[in-house]
Amino acid sequence: MAGNPTESYPDDLRYHREHDWARIEGDEATLGITWHAADALGELVHYEPPEEGSTIELGSSYGEVESVKAVSDVIAPLSGEVLEVNAKVVEAPETVNEDPYGEGWLVRVRLSDPSQVDGLMDAEAYRAHVAEQ
Amino acid sequence: MQTLLRTPLHARHVALGARLVPFAGWEMPVQYDGVIAEHRAVRADCGVFDVSHMGELEVEGPRAAELLQGLLSNDLERIGPGEAQYTLLTNERGGIVDDLIVYRLGTFRYLLIVNASNRAEDFAWLRERELTGSDVRDVSDDYALLAVQGPSSIERLELGQARAFTFAEERIDGVDCMVCRTGYTGEIGVELLCAAEDAEALWDAVLERGALPCGLAARDTLRLEACYPLHGHDITPETDAIAAGLGWACALDTAFTGAAELRRIKAEGPDRRLAPFVLEERGVPREGMAIEGGGRVTSGTHSPMLDRGIGLGYVAAEQAAPGSELSIDVRGRSRRARVVPKPIYKRARTA
Repeated sequence: MAGNPTESYPDDLRYHREHDWARIEGDEATLGITWHAADALGELVHYEPPEEGSTIELGSSYGEVESVKAVSDVIAPLSGEVLEVNAKVVEAPETVNEDPYGEGWLVRVRLSDPSQVDGLMDAEAYRAHVAEQ
Repeated sequence: MQTLLRTPLHARHVALGARLVPFAGWEMPVQYDGVIAEHRAVRADCGVFDVSHMGELEVEGPRAAELLQGLLSNDLERIGPGEAQYTLLTNERGGIVDDLIVYRLGTFRYLLIVNASNRAEDFAWLRERELTGSDVRDVSDDYALLAVQGPSSIERLELGQARAFTFAEERIDGVDCMVCRTGYTGEIGVELLCAAEDAEALWDAVLERGALPCGLAARDTLRLEACYPLHGHDITPETDAIAAGLGWACALDTAFTGAAELRRIKAEGPDRRLAPFVLEERGVPREGMAIEGGGRVTSGTHSPMLDRGIGLGYVAAEQAAPGSELSIDVRGRSRRARVVPKPIYKRARTA
């Protein structure tokens, strides 16, 4: 089937316990959901994104992703202003299952407090977190 | 902690890597490789579902027909041995205790295949009303049930053509089974009833013939595209057959439980009706969501064939006609939907 690449958690990303990842680029970051989250939901059929220009808050929901059977809030791993929503995922939500850390990113944000990055897990800590689930 | 029941095919599901979930007290496969691929296989080719969790009740004796005609909504006299009928078990208010298919095994013998979640209640309902000369037995544990569905299913099983809602005793790859021309997907296909101990042999044979294993998630999206109601959601003891659009399964000139109330509802017209709808904007409707005007979604999902949100919901009678525009509250966002004719999706038949 399409999607379901093998389980992976790249070392160059930071992770939030609610199964979100962040790729930090200076005072900006790209955010998405992890393989674990996408696999648990199943093939995605809908992504309800935030508005570009809106503000997202660490620990709060900024969007929704849905599979046939379930809907899940997407929790912001960092606070900031939404610079861009991934239109490709709005049009083809299954992109998240196929490539969760690449084409399947959800939003790009300008960080309001870059020090929050220190509170996120590295890949090794996140793998341990997933193993406990 | 409740122990979940397992079908005779549980080990097969585990071996295939199915995702297993609790459903009506059973541990059932919700999906194998993916719900969308499974759904499409049934629409385009052939899929197989383990539905052994469903209940089988046998009613036998010279007064079996009399008992059932008094409890079931459809006209039982219209079917002879080898024929089956969709019907409703109704309460005094015309509400739906269960929906089921009754198979006439012989002049004095009937088999009822009922929803897993209602098996105990249906059995008790029939037993309490049993007549001298009608014997009601729960034979669910004796049987396994496989639904083989899709346009190529008959060909793949090398079966002959037969009318819908008929059945025959046949042998498939050495396994004796009752081959029923029934289903819950909107496609042609069969449901195969076999002895529980033959279930693995039959399952293996059907897979060998090219059917894709499909889980309950695909069963739900398929039945919803076909607009088949799901008991406990779209139809319940609190909803009547007329509002649910199941008046065609009610012989109102017979004296089954609740018939008088249903005649009244039909004559006056129901206040609300179950309407199929398609979302005209992005989003997925879900059970329980409010429909503007006092309605409520009873089933909702994403249609793999239409790539749209679809559903069933009760709306005011004047909102229920095809073409009528609805507004559904999808988690705080108002989404536009349109009532459509049944079924929501039907494959174009090739000539």
